[in-house]
Amino acid sequence: MQDFGTTLAEAIGLILLADGDLIEIITLSLRVTLSAVIIACAIGLPFGALVGAFRFPGRAVVTVFLNALMGLPPVVVGLVVYLMLSAAGPLGPLRLLYTPTAMIIAQTILVTPIVAALTRQVIEDLQTEYSEQFASLGVGPLDRIAALLWDARYSLLTVALAGFGRAVAEVGAVIIVGGNINHVTRVMTTTIALETSKGNLELALALGVVLLAIAVIVNAAVMALRASAVRSAYA
Amino acid sequence: MPDARLKTIEGGRTSPEAAQAPLLMQARKLSFCPNGKPLVDTVDLDIREGRRLVVMGANGAGKSLLLRLLHGLLPPSGGEVVWQGKPLDRAAMREQAMVFQRPVMLRRSVIANLQFALAVRGIGGTERRRRVEEALEQARLGDLARHPARVLSGGEQQRLALARALACTPRLLFLDEPTASLDPASTLAIENLIATAHARGITIVMITHDKGQARRLGDDIAFLHGGRLVETGPAARVLETPNSGAARAWLEGRLYLDDLSSTPSPTP
Repeated sequence: MQDFGTTLAEAIGLILLADGDLIEIITLSLRVTLSAVIIACAIGLPFGALVGAFRFPGRAVVTVFLNALMGLPPVVVGLVVYLMLSAAGPLGPLRLLYTPTAMIIAQTILVTPIVAALTRQVIEDLQTEYSEQFASLGVGPLDRIAALLWDARYSLLTVALAGFGRAVAEVGAVIIVGGNINHVTRVMTTTIALETSKGNLELALALGVVLLAIAVIVNAAVMALRASAVRSAYA
Repeated sequence: MPDARLKTIEGGRTSPEAAQAPLLMQARKLSFCPNGKPLVDTVDLDIREGRRLVVMGANGAGKSLLLRLLHGLLPPSGGEVVWQGKPLDRAAMREQAMVFQRPVMLRRSVIANLQFALAVRGIGGTERRRRVEEALEQARLGDLARHPARVLSGGEQQRLALARALACTPRLLFLDEPTASLDPASTLAIENLIATAHARGITIVMITHDKGQARRLGDDIAFLHGGRLVETGPAARVLETPNSGAARAWLEGRLYLDDLSSTPSPTP
């Protein structure tokens, strides 16, 4: 077994040389993760905003349920999606098992509750601040939701980032429904797990470095955006 | 509990000018009693078209709650609010506007705050642009139109809140201590805007603790004590010769508890 320094040097070499396999894996990872986050935001943002902005019977139960779903075990989600998409499952005829689409579905199920629950909290706080003014102006339900989502946009970017963080680092669900098939469903996290078990540490470490770099870059971008918003009092 | 004198209220007595103005809104036996405690207690009040009614009273007297009840922001525990002979509804609320003690600014630019208020009332296109320009000019905020509203000073934010309310052309404007914590220059700017609104025929119901402001801006005064309306009348008369013990003690700057008959007034 090589020492850490040598492995790291080789890993960085792979990154600098833009190794073909590496690029393919990174591209697929980003495609799956971004697709899942976009779908999760499309569902979770308005749903969380509705729960945060309006009072209705059972709202407390929905809130508890949403918060509980934030801690969904990925392997359980993977298993359920596997059962649904397998040949004997209700969605078997769609033939989605072991495809990137199956991975997107699993990640969406994991990320949507996170986006919805955090959005509910953000919108509820803003609604508390705006409620009397909105009532006085006679703001209707649709205008209210749109205004709350727009005015909370910088906080909601952080929410989307939290969803991205969960999705990009996810391994349990995607390995079950994706199968970690080379050139088809192999993403960064599943490759790291596989290559480490095979002793191919350079590729695993290279992907680990890229994963960390993506997390740092996305966080830095959102922080910069948020700092700018705070300076101009839009957040 | 207020003593017997406080229960013999001057409510209902109005100045001859006020009596001639058409009735716009009425509070009938209006009460607000969360957890059974009456914070606003069977208030009867007439608000007449084009008049300026100043609501006064000590902290906790129920002034802000009364305004919120009148504007429909809180559901009353008892009694009702009547707008032009009919129960207050959403359509009636759209003929009113309210400016809060702490102005609520959307996380947008000055101009976007104005545009939003008009857009949700269905005012668009050329008319919206005209009203926005007029509001910016009135509030003297033209230079700050593209600035985020929340970075404005307290006085500027209150001017914007008032201009935003006036841009909606309400018939009745509620003002909850609009100049609290403002300096004299900002107070003057706000008072000028209120005077302009009144000159346009807008009815005004305003809370203030400032006797000078009540004298400058009020036609009539309603005085609240312990959630009850203890005195109403022409501003000059109430400020000079209040009939109720609570109003007299408050206007003279004396410290007092609820039971005025047994509480000696500290001598300054």
